[in-house]
Amino acid sequence: MSATADRLFDRRPWILLGPALSAVTFLLVIPVCFIVVYSFWLRTAIGTEEVGFHLDNWQLVLTDPFYRDILVQTIRIAVVSTLLCIALGYVPAYFIAYAGARHKLLLILLLMLPFWISYIIRTMSWINILGVSGAVNSALMAVGVIDEPMRMLYNEATVVAGLVHFLLPFMVLNIYVSLDGIDRNLTAAAQSLGCNGWQAFREVTLPLSLPGLAAGSLLCFVLAAGTYITPMILGGPQNAMFANLVFETIITQLNWPLGSALSLVLLVLLGAVVMAYTHFLGLDQIAKSFR
Amino acid sequence: MTRNASWIAITGVTILVYLLMFAPVAVVMLLSFNDSQFGAFPIEGFSLRWFVALWENEAVLRAFRVSLLLGALTAVISTTLGVLAALAIVRYDFPGKRLVSTALIAPILIPEVVLAVALLLFLRWLGIPRSFVLLLAGHVIFTLPFVILVVQARLVGVRREFEEAALSLGANPIQTFFSVTLPLIMPAVLAGMLFAFTISFDDITGTLFWKPGGVETVPTQIFAMLRHSISPEINALGTVMVVITVVLPLLGLALARRLAARTRM
Repeated sequence: MSATADRLFDRRPWILLGPALSAVTFLLVIPVCFIVVYSFWLRTAIGTEEVGFHLDNWQLVLTDPFYRDILVQTIRIAVVSTLLCIALGYVPAYFIAYAGARHKLLLILLLMLPFWISYIIRTMSWINILGVSGAVNSALMAVGVIDEPMRMLYNEATVVAGLVHFLLPFMVLNIYVSLDGIDRNLTAAAQSLGCNGWQAFREVTLPLSLPGLAAGSLLCFVLAAGTYITPMILGGPQNAMFANLVFETIITQLNWPLGSALSLVLLVLLGAVVMAYTHFLGLDQIAKSFR
Repeated sequence: MTRNASWIAITGVTILVYLLMFAPVAVVMLLSFNDSQFGAFPIEGFSLRWFVALWENEAVLRAFRVSLLLGALTAVISTTLGVLAALAIVRYDFPGKRLVSTALIAPILIPEVVLAVALLLFLRWLGIPRSFVLLLAGHVIFTLPFVILVVQARLVGVRREFEEAALSLGANPIQTFFSVTLPLIMPAVLAGMLFAFTISFDDITGTLFWKPGGVETVPTQIFAMLRHSISPEINALGTVMVVITVVLPLLGLALARRLAARTRM
């Protein structure tokens, strides 16, 4: 009899899930619902909050061209960084997938190394490369190409460079995972049917590697669009991204209701991208890189 | 012929991209040994003085202690929660399983900034100010999905028959877990723990929101130092971080392989 009861409701998985699920519920689900409510409250001039249903924050966020411009700028920086990651990442991923077993292990290990090197160290390292007394300027001045150091830092290009440097390993890894899963007989078959090497790549290998390319792009885009540290270190004041606005509003201006509305805009934007992706492709491909 | 030529091109591009990935960090390490007082080019001679300065910098040492404690606590808590949850997901069927597994990896689907804001504002509303506890809670929730994914992937490969054998021989479920399942998934548990520690040790996005005033972790300390000016001490700190997080584990791995090779003989 107890066996039937067990089959009807097995408590054991729920006991195991209890701690993790309550952590996620109390530290993530409820807080996110809370900021939805909070974004309708109002910050008064004297610094207190007016509880209620006010649309002022949302009106400001959705109509003020200042916020719209930064949102557009954020999307542009994230898209450009992602495209550069694809351009720089595909060839190395291909090389790793088709290299001999000995090189493969070393190359994958090297690819994982950046994950172990602090993000902030990697970001600030660009100051040593592109700064006024950085490697590029010193080298060019030593050779005599330029007399005065060039100002290359603190613009959109350096923000993109920092982001690409940070995101590239994610892209290479994802493309590699899907290239590595391709049955090698398929290219051989294409070639025996008369394709040359390039055609076989274009008709067989490239389409089959698109899931990895898409997974890598999703990761890169979402991580790039949600960052505020890279623009703070490598960008100038005019290169702020949307997450910088959130940080400014919450930490500096202490306008928490407005900050809630701003972070929800970011959540909706990136959430829509993730949902569109899962709708068409599913999350399995991303999980693959954990194996 | 053309196949060889294109393969050479592919090799060249790969080498360039790898150089691009590592050159900036190599420059940081190079400059940290530079005697110049500005921490930049030209190289004026070999010196360890920035490491000495670092060692005497009380703020940096304090940040290291905070980061180590935070990382260790995060790793232990997150791995405990993660292993239990992964067991439930892999070993049991229950209604709402899909929803539960999505909810558990939600912290990496949501932008970290949003997670940081939501947690900060909710706990503040509850009357819990920015504190070490908030920092720890944030790091646990953010690292949990990584642990779950790693352990889950391994657990799928552990055959249920082993556990059933132990159970049929009279072990209770808890004994079975500790003497059969846990040893079999140990590599993944350790990997998840290391993963959680590294993510916590490296995190700055959430940490800048959650940390109480006056408390710094290593990344936020570097961030604060960068706001003043790029001093050679930062380069030295970068070198120390790379040695701790990269060189030491690699040496350990090499040593372990060597020992394993010797015992096999």
